[in-house]
Parts: sequence; structure tokens; C-alpha cells
Amino acid sequence: MDKNKKEPLIHITKRKAISKKHEWAIRLGSILIALVVCAIITTLTTHLNPISVYASMIDGSFGSERKVWALLKELSILLMVSVALAPAFKMKFWNLGGGGQVMAGVLATTTCMITLGDKLPNGALILLSLVAALFAGALWAFIPAFCKAKWNTNETLFTLMMNYVATQIVAYFIIIWESPKGSGKIGIVNQHTQAGWLPIIAGKQYLLPVLISIAVTIFMYIYLKYSKQGYELSVVGESQNTARYVGINVGKVIIRTLILCGLICGLTGWLLVAGTDHTMTTTIEAGRGFLGVMVAWLAHFNPIGMVLSGLLMVFMNRGGGEISTAFGLNKSFGDILTGVILFFVIGSEFFINYQVHFRKSHGKEAADV
Amino acid sequence: MKKKLIALMLCLAMVMIPVLASCGGGSDDGGSSEEGKMKVGLICLHDENSTYDLNFLSAFEESCEKMGVEAVIKKNVPEGQECYDEAMNLADEGCSLIISDSFGHQDYMLQAAKEAPEVQFVSCTGTNAASAGLDNYHNAFAAIYEGRYLAGVAAGMKLNEIKEAGKLKGAAPKMGYVGAFTYAEVVSGYTSFYLGAKSVCPDVTMDVTFTGSWYDETAEKEGANKLIQGGCDLISQHADSMGAPTACEEAGIPDVSYNGSTKSAAPNTYIISSRINWSPFYEYAIAAVQNGEAMEPDWTGTIETGSVELTELNEDVAAEGTQAKIDEVKAGLNDGSIHVFDTGMWTVDGAAMDKYVPADTTYGDFDPANEDKILADGYFHESEFRSAPYFDLNIDGINLLDTAF
Repeated sequence: MDKNKKEPLIHITKRKAISKKHEWAIRLGSILIALVVCAIITTLTTHLNPISVYASMIDGSFGSERKVWALLKELSILLMVSVALAPAFKMKFWNLGGGGQVMAGVLATTTCMITLGDKLPNGALILLSLVAALFAGALWAFIPAFCKAKWNTNETLFTLMMNYVATQIVAYFIIIWESPKGSGKIGIVNQHTQAGWLPIIAGKQYLLPVLISIAVTIFMYIYLKYSKQGYELSVVGESQNTARYVGINVGKVIIRTLILCGLICGLTGWLLVAGTDHTMTTTIEAGRGFLGVMVAWLAHFNPIGMVLSGLLMVFMNRGGGEISTAFGLNKSFGDILTGVILFFVIGSEFFINYQVHFRKSHGKEAADV
Repeated sequence: MKKKLIALMLCLAMVMIPVLASCGGGSDDGGSSEEGKMKVGLICLHDENSTYDLNFLSAFEESCEKMGVEAVIKKNVPEGQECYDEAMNLADEGCSLIISDSFGHQDYMLQAAKEAPEVQFVSCTGTNAASAGLDNYHNAFAAIYEGRYLAGVAAGMKLNEIKEAGKLKGAAPKMGYVGAFTYAEVVSGYTSFYLGAKSVCPDVTMDVTFTGSWYDETAEKEGANKLIQGGCDLISQHADSMGAPTACEEAGIPDVSYNGSTKSAAPNTYIISSRINWSPFYEYAIAAVQNGEAMEPDWTGTIETGSVELTELNEDVAAEGTQAKIDEVKAGLNDGSIHVFDTGMWTVDGAAMDKYVPADTTYGDFDPANEDKILADGYFHESEFRSAPYFDLNIDGINLLDTAF
């Protein structure tokens, strides 16, 4: 027996394929543990009944028809950003610039609404602002993509920095259009004329964004799964050399994919301004460019899966707001619970892919050093 | 793998929804309401960490308790569509009066007011209620410039003390002011503060810097440090974090605070603070709704209504005799013998003003008929024709370091 070789207390091996039932057990278990951990944290720190805290979170998201619509609106906007980012990440192009691309669309839409609000008929204005937003979003994605394809620049940093550039340009225009002067906000654009505002379908203000996001999600699902372009970008993601070997023009695929990404982000910005908020602020994008990465990643870039991972994020966010109202807790408490649940959800993937072995007890201690 | 994820999410949803929903039905001790009690909603831009929101929140809870109504509070509501959503949620939950605390909420409150005519909406610090012409949409503010002026008197007294002790940083006393934005609400605030100081310390000047945000602790602290390094002997602020008070405490520079006492965080530098006490307004509005009476479209609180207050004077830091002087000036303001914006006390480009034309009449409730009355009888009539401040002149002695915002 080799006395010098010490078996570690814990060692980890990659699992072979495990049964669906086993996977489910791991996931269910991790979620239950997450809920228990959250309950313990809640009881220890706030002395509240965790069940009523959970109930209040559900009430915040689903408590009334209006709350459900607000949830759907939030989900739609987040989903569009996530769906936009998916092809880029599948191609292993780290597009952290979703936020900036949305802001470009926001700025283009607002510009059309403010400068042309009283000059064009409403239909033409809406159409023009849509085209402008799509173009602006695509341009914002094209610039880093072109530099990546041409000079192999670092896309992570480049797209990240483009966010700040977009936000600062927006800040500049807010100061130009702010009302009253010096207040740092432009208020609702065309509040009286509603020029450039998207029509309300069937009396539901948020129905249109929801429908558009469903269409975009289905489109992206088909694009990634069944189209030739979708296949090409996944080949580029797996191995650029393989892609070159089989005759794929890598630069072209990168640029094409990012333009698609920018178009959807621009569309999202257009929906935010013309469809829901009717204003422009530097924070209107609200970190969705980054949150969208998480949503897309959690769903392994499957657009349909993103509906669920996006729902989880939006639910936790709205629920967190509700518990701060119902129990007078700080909003950070909701963020803590979100963090715990995400930790376990992401962690469960590890236990699905890897197996943990503990050292078996051997009658005598392995005290040899 | 993607199917696994879907499965995972589905599973999460399945576990959470039925389990929790069923529990929620039984033990409804969360947002439970007592039958028949009137509900009043408050929408806040930030939460207790902001001195501005804290000032709204603590008075709100007190007033609701006193008036026997149920308070429903929404915190961290941005100045966007979320404000409309939350206002409508509050209306759905049965609130008969809904109040928002930030200027940028007003357009969204107006939108909600149009959709829920049976509910009363108030946008505090807003400027568009009178011109909106709705019966259920109102603005409210207080003549805080009078409080700022009194706080300025305390600052001027302190500067005199520093001057007599020979400890001025420069030849003449200089104050620094950290402002949020460059529009009238802030301009009126720092100008009245400056005039208060000048009334007891005639050679004082003031540098003003802007952060471009109502709540940005880092920017406010940096702004205060920049002013301190620029030779300011005393700092005051109109932005809502603890940035400026903590910068002053670290540098040992006296600070005149805003929105409430910051003595606990800055015991060695805090002098005094002016604040709006919102309780009189809350009580007025709640009583109006309870009795079914019409509310004013544009409510202005004053020192006399108890809406404008000074918080505790820190005797350890303030100059001797400050309290007596403040009392004297306060009496003068109340009996009309002192006017904050007395044209004899300030000049623009070296000349006293005798005519005022508002620079920006395209917004809010300015009635052109009142234009000639704003600057009349030897003083600028602040907060008389609209509750939100409109003094926006750049007077001599105040040096704006940056006006990017």
C-alpha cells in the first residue's frame, strides 16, 4: 500500500450523463435549500414570518391585473435585451454593450419625437423613429464588431466603454432639452399631443411591447436553431479555426451577428421611449444590458428558456420592492434574497455536471506526513 | 442543456407559486388593512438613506398615525413610467390620497390623476398643477427660502467668529455650496442662504458647484472637498446624501446642513440645518380628503404654518449669540420688516434690479399676468405666485464654478 499518497477529503469528478430524474432531484433540492436559507435569513434578521414575506413577494408580482401587466412589460423589455445578446454570446463575442445599444435607440427615438413632434403626421413619425432607433442601435453594435473583425480589438472592453459613451451623449442631450432649464430632466415628451407615442392596443398600454417581444423571441429561437446564419455563428463560437477551415468568413459573421443584436437593442430603446416611458433619462436602461447577460447565460442562450430565467429576475425584483412596502424593509433586503436564490440556482448546475466524492473512512487515521 | 434550464425554471416556479400563494391566503399579516380606515400613499424617489426622502418619510408616518389613516409607502421609485405604475397600484389598493416626493415624478402623477379621477394626487415640489386644471391633481411646497436665509444667518455669524479669530483661509470670508442642479429650486435655495449670511457678514462671497444628481454621495463629497481645497471657510449643500457633511467633518470645516440634523454624523462641524416639515401639509391634505373638501391646486407652507423649520442648533460649533440673532431675524421675516430677496441687498452685474422677466416661461404655472408683480415693492416675491421656487437670477458675490447641469 502506498503510504505516501494521501487521499483528499473531497474530490470532484466530471459526471457522465445522468438521468433526467437525477437532474431534477438536484435542482429541486437546491431550490428548496435556497428557500430554507432565505427563510432562515429572514427570520434571523427581521423576525418576520418568512412565509408571509414570500407571499408578499408573490403579491407584488401577481397581486392585481395591473401588477401582472407591469410584470409582463418589465419581462418583455428585459427579454428583448437578453434575446438580442444571445447570438453574440453564443458566438463567444462578449457583448457587454447591450445597455449602450438600447440607449442609442432611446436617443434616436427621443430625438425624432422632440424635433419632429409637430412636423410629421403621427404614423410617419412613429415609423421614422423606429427606423432611426434600429439604425442607431445597429451602429452602436457595428462599431465594436467592425474593430473586432478588422483589428481583433478586445470586444469586452470596447462594448463596455460604448455604454458610457452612449450614456454621456444622452446626458448631453438631456441638458439641451431639459425642462425646466437646469432641472436635469426632460419630463414626458409630447405629453399633450402624444405625438410619436405608440398606439394602445385593446385598451392595454403594455400589450404592444409584450407582443413585439414574443415575436422577437420566436424569431431568435428559429434563427439560432434552424437558420444557416445561426449555425454559422455557433461554429464561430466553438472554434474560429474550424469556421475558417469550412469556409466561413469569420469577420462577416461577427459583424452580421452584432448588427442583428444592435437592431433588437435599438428596437428595445424605441419601445421604452415611444411605448412605455415617453421620456429619456440616463438611467432608463436600468442595467438591463448586464442583467440580460445573466438571463441569457442562465438559459444557455435558448430564447424560450430566457422567458423563464427573465421571469425569475423580474419576479425577484418586483417582489423585493413589494416586501419593502409591506414590511418597511429596505430594498436591499429583496436583493439579498435574490442573491441567495441565484446562488443556489447557478450552483445547482455545478452539481449536475460534477460529482463530489468524500474520502471513505478507513478504520485507521491517515496520520502519515 | 437548455431543456434542463427550462425544467429548472419551471420547477422553481412550481415550487414557489402554489406553496407560497396558499400560505399567503391564510396568514395575511403583510399588507393587511383595517376595515374602513382611509389609506394614504407616498411615493419616494429613494429611501431612508437619502436625507430628503427621510424627511418626507418620517413626517408622513407621524402624520398618518396622528390622523388615524393607514400609510402605504413605495420607496425607490424612479422618475419614469414606474412612478405611474406605482401610483396606479396605490389607487388600486384603495388609497384615496397619493403623494409623490420628487420633482421628476410630476408628469407621471399627472398622467395617473387623469386616469383615476376619484383619487387625489399631489406632486410635492411640482410646478404644473394650476395649469393642468384637474380637480384631483395638486402641487405643494414650502417657502424654504426663508429657512435657508435663517440658516445663512447662522453661517454668517460663524464666519464672523472665524474672521475675528484671524483664522480665515483667505482675505475675505468665503462659503462653498454643493448644489444638485442649476434650476430655480436650487438657485433660490443657495441665493437665500447666501443673502442670510451676507446680512450679518457683508463681505462674504460664495462658490457653488453642482453634481447633476439629487443623490450621489461620491459626487457630493468630492464637490465639498473641492470647495474646501478652494479656500472655503464654511460649506452648505442642497443635495440629499451625507456626502457634504461627512467631507466637512473629515476636514474640520463647519457645515450648514439641509433636510435635517446631521449632528450625529458630524458632531464637530454641524451648525444647523433648515428643513421643510411636511406634517402640516400632510395633515391639511388628509383632512381635506376625509371631509370631502377641495384642496388648493398649489399649496405653499411657511414658517407660520410650521412648514419651514430649523433643526437643533449645535452650540458647540455655532458662534455665540446665534440663537438670539436667528430669533430676531425670524420675527422680522414674520412681521414683514425683513424680506429675503430685498432688492437693496443684492445686485446683478453690479446693478440693483427693478424689473424681472422670467427667463423660462414655457413651463409650469407662470401666469403672464403676474410677471410685473414678481419683482415689486422693493423685493422679489418668491413662492407667492407658485409654491415651487422661481428665483433664478445669478446675483453678484456668488461664483458658479461649473454649470454643466
